[in-house]
Amino acid sequence: MSLIVFTLARFSGNPLDVMLPLEATAEDYERVAKHWGLDQPLYVQYGIFIGRALQGDFGMSWKWPGRTAMGLVAERLPATLQLAGFALLISALIALPVGVLSAVKKGTGWDAAAKVIALMGQSLPGFWLGIVLMWIFAVHLGWFPTSGRGGLQYMILPAITLGWFQVAAMMRLVRSSMLEVLDSEFVKLARIKGLAEWKVVWKHCLRNASIAPLTFFAIIAGVLMTGSVVTESVFSWPGTGLLVIDAVRARDFQVVQAVVIVFAGIFIMTNLLVDILYAYLDPRIRLR
Amino acid sequence: MPRKIGEPILEVDDLHTYCFTRWGTVKAVDGMSFSLREGEALGIVGESGCGKTMTALSLLKLLPRPVARIIKGSIKLQGEDLVPKSEREMRSIRGRRISMILQDPQTSLNPVFTIGNQLIEAIQIHHDERRRSLVRRAIDGLKQVRVAAPERRVDDYPHQMSGGMKQRVVGAIAISCEPKVIIADEPTTSLDVTIQAQYLRLLREIQEATNLSLIFITHDFGIVAKMCDRVMVMYAGRVVESGPVRDIFNRPAHPYTQALLSSVPSMDEDVERLYSIAGQPPGLWDLPIGCRFAARCQFAEDRCRQQYPPAVTIGEGHTASCWIAKGT
Repeated sequence: MSLIVFTLARFSGNPLDVMLPLEATAEDYERVAKHWGLDQPLYVQYGIFIGRALQGDFGMSWKWPGRTAMGLVAERLPATLQLAGFALLISALIALPVGVLSAVKKGTGWDAAAKVIALMGQSLPGFWLGIVLMWIFAVHLGWFPTSGRGGLQYMILPAITLGWFQVAAMMRLVRSSMLEVLDSEFVKLARIKGLAEWKVVWKHCLRNASIAPLTFFAIIAGVLMTGSVVTESVFSWPGTGLLVIDAVRARDFQVVQAVVIVFAGIFIMTNLLVDILYAYLDPRIRLR
Repeated sequence: MPRKIGEPILEVDDLHTYCFTRWGTVKAVDGMSFSLREGEALGIVGESGCGKTMTALSLLKLLPRPVARIIKGSIKLQGEDLVPKSEREMRSIRGRRISMILQDPQTSLNPVFTIGNQLIEAIQIHHDERRRSLVRRAIDGLKQVRVAAPERRVDDYPHQMSGGMKQRVVGAIAISCEPKVIIADEPTTSLDVTIQAQYLRLLREIQEATNLSLIFITHDFGIVAKMCDRVMVMYAGRVVESGPVRDIFNRPAHPYTQALLSSVPSMDEDVERLYSIAGQPPGLWDLPIGCRFAARCQFAEDRCRQQYPPAVTIGEGHTASCWIAKGT
C-alpha cells in the first residue's frame, strides 16, 4: 500500500517545479533537492520514508512550511470524520427502514419509488450532485449555506452528496437480503406462535438480514473517505479530502502519503469493527 | 392414560383455497370438508403438491400473501369460524388454540436467538408474566419434550443442537401454550429413522397426556398406521377417501388409495421393482371436470371423465369419491 502511494505520488511530477520560483537556477534546484533528499534514487527515498513512518514520522510539509505532514492531517481529520460520520448515520437511518419496507411491501408503488431513488443515487456522480444541490438549495432557495464548516446546516448538503450513493446501494442490499429471510421457515414459525407482524419483521428478520449489508458497511467506510475528496472540494469543507487535493496540486508528497496512510488505517479499523459486529449479530460466527 | 376421543373440535366445511398467480388460478384446496375430534389424530396423506400444506396453512390463515386466499368455506374451531377473523384476532388464536410443527427443524428455528429466547417468546405472547417465571416455563417445556439438561440447553443456539433435538424444541414451542389442535406437517421427513421413531413416540405421549387433537400431514402410510385414528387421502386438492385407519388399510375403496398402498414396500415380499403409479397428477391450474385421478386410473370409465364422483359410503365413517367404488 505504502509503496503504491509512494510511487503514484511521484508520477505527478517534480515537486521542485512548484516549490521553487520560476527564476530559480540549476544550483537552487540541486540545493533544495539535496535538502529534502530528492537527489537520492527512488528506492533509497522509499527506504527512508518507511523507516521514518514506522517511527511515526511522516516528514515535514513542503507547501505549509514548518508544519509536519501528520500534524496537518490530525488537524483536518475531525472535520472529515464529522462529515463522514454524519453521512453514514443518515444513510443508515434512511437505507435500513426503506430497504426493509420495500421488501415487506414488495411490488407496490412504495417499492418502485424506492427503486427510483436508489437508481438515482447510484448513477449521479458526486461532483455533479454536489453542485446541483448547492445551486438549488443554497443559491436559489437559500436554505443552507453554500460552503464552509459551521453548525448542522453546513453539513446537510455535503452529507447528502456523500451519502446518497451509499443509501442507494445499501437499500437494495437490505431489500434483497430481507426478501430472502422473509421466505424462511423460522419466519413462518414466528407467525405460527402468534407473533405480531412488526416483531416478525424487525426482530426476527432484520437481524438475520443484516449480515450482507454489514459487510457493505465496511466498504462504505472506505468509499466515504475517498468520496470526501470530491465532496469536500465542492463544498470547501476543511477536512482531509480538501487537504489532500491541495497537497497533490502542490506535489506535497509528504502530506499525500500521510493522508493515504491514515485513510488506510481507518479502513482497516472499520473492517475489524465489522468483523467484531458479525460475531455479535450471528452466534454461529462466534468461537466456542 | 388412554386418550379419550370426544366432541368435534375443528370442523372444516367446503374449504376452497386458491392461489392467483400470473399463470392462472391454482386450485390448491378445492372443496375440503372434514372434522377433527378432541384427542383424535387425523392423518392427511397424498403426494407432493396435492394441497396438504396449503390446507394446513389455511387452517392457521397463514397463506402466502397476496397470492393465496380462502375463497369459500368455513373453518370452525370450537364452534367459532376462523375464516372471517381479522389478522389481529388470528394472532391471539395462533399458538394458543391452534399450532403447527413445521417440516424442517434445521431451518424452522431462528439461528440468531437462543432456543430459550424463542420458547419464551412463544409463551410471552399469550402469558403476561415476569421474566423469571417465563424462563421456568421454558425449562419445563424443554423437559416435556425430553431435552436433557434443559437448564443448560435453554441458553444454547440452534446450531449447537442436533436435528432431532431441534425438532423437539419446535415441538416444545408448539405445545407451549397448550393449544387444542396441532398440525404436524411432515414433522419427521428430515430426521433419520431411529430419531423419527423416537419423535413420533414423544408426540404420541404428549397427545395422551394433554388430550390434544393432531393433524398429521404425511406421505408415509407407516406413520399413519402408527399415529392416526382416521386418515384422509388427498388428491389434486380434494379428499378422495377418508375413514378409520384400519378400514382404509384393509379395504381401500378408491383406486388411488389402493395404488398408494401398493407402492408401500412390504417387509415380507421380495420385489424386483417397487410399484409406482403411472403418470403425473393433473396441474392444479387446469383440472379435468370429471374425476381427477381418471387419467391415471386403470379402472376409469367414460363416466369418470365426465362427472366428478359423489362420496360413497363404504363402511362406518368410511367414504370414497369414486364411481366404481362399491358401497355397502
